[in-house]
Amino acid sequence: MPFEANGKTFETDEEGYMVDLGSWEPECATVMAALEDQPLTEAHWEVLNFLREYYDEYQIAPAVRVLTKAIGKKLGKDKGNSKYLYELFPYGPGKQACKYAGLPKPTGCV
Amino acid sequence: MATKKFMFINRKAPYGTVYALESLEVVLIGAAFEQDVSLAFIGDGVYQIAKGQSTDGIGMKNFSPTYKALGDYEITKLYVEKESLEARGLTLDDLMPLVWEDEDDDYAEKPSIRLVSSAELAEVFDDQDVVLSF
Repeated sequence: MPFEANGKTFETDEEGYMVDLGSWEPECATVMAALEDQPLTEAHWEVLNFLREYYDEYQIAPAVRVLTKAIGKKLGKDKGNSKYLYELFPYGPGKQACKYAGLPKPTGCV
Repeated sequence: MATKKFMFINRKAPYGTVYALESLEVVLIGAAFEQDVSLAFIGDGVYQIAKGQSTDGIGMKNFSPTYKALGDYEITKLYVEKESLEARGLTLDDLMPLVWEDEDDDYAEKPSIRLVSSAELAEVFDDQDVVLSF
C-alpha cells in the first residue's frame, strides 16, 4: 500500500517494503512506523541508520543474526543481543527495521 | 537441524546470466540456517570476485560489494582455482581482498580466499555433503 510523506507518495510492495529504495528519506521511516503504531526513539534510529550504512556498503539487508553481531561490535554488547533488538522492533529487527529503513526484506527471511 | 557441508561452485561471469546473483542469494540463505558453507570459483566464475567491477551501462545492479559481507555470515572458505585464474592472466591482486573477522582473536581480519589447484579442489569437493553448481 502506498504511503505519503513530505507531500510525496511512495510505492510499496504487498508486504509494505518500499519499491524504490533510492527514494527513501527519514520521514518515510517515521510515517511507516506510525502506520504500525510504532513510535521511533533515538534507539530505533541508531539501528535504522546502521542498516542504511550496511546496505550502502554491502548492497544487502543483513540477516538478523548478522545484524545482531554487527550492532554489538559497533554500538556495544548491551545492544548487540536479540532481546534489546526485539524490544525495539517487536515484529522482528530484520523485517520491521529494514522496512522502516527503506531496505528490502533481509535475504533468507520468509 | 544437523549441520551439513554445502559447496557452491560458481562457474559463470557475474553478469550476462543470472547464475552468479542467484548463487549468492542461495548462499546467504544457507548461511542464515547456520550451515557450513563454502564457495568455489572456477572458470569465468573467478570474475565474480574481481576488483573494480562497474555495471554502468548495462543496467544491472553491481552486487560485487555483497561478497564482502560473506565474512559477516561466517562464510570464510572461498576457494579459487589457480588454473582458472592463471588462464585468464589474473592473480590474487586482481581479486577483491575478501576477509572475515575472527571474534575470538579480537576481530582480527583474516583472508577468506584460498588459492588451490584443481587437484586440491577435487579433494575439497570430496569432503562435502552437498555440492551445487551454478
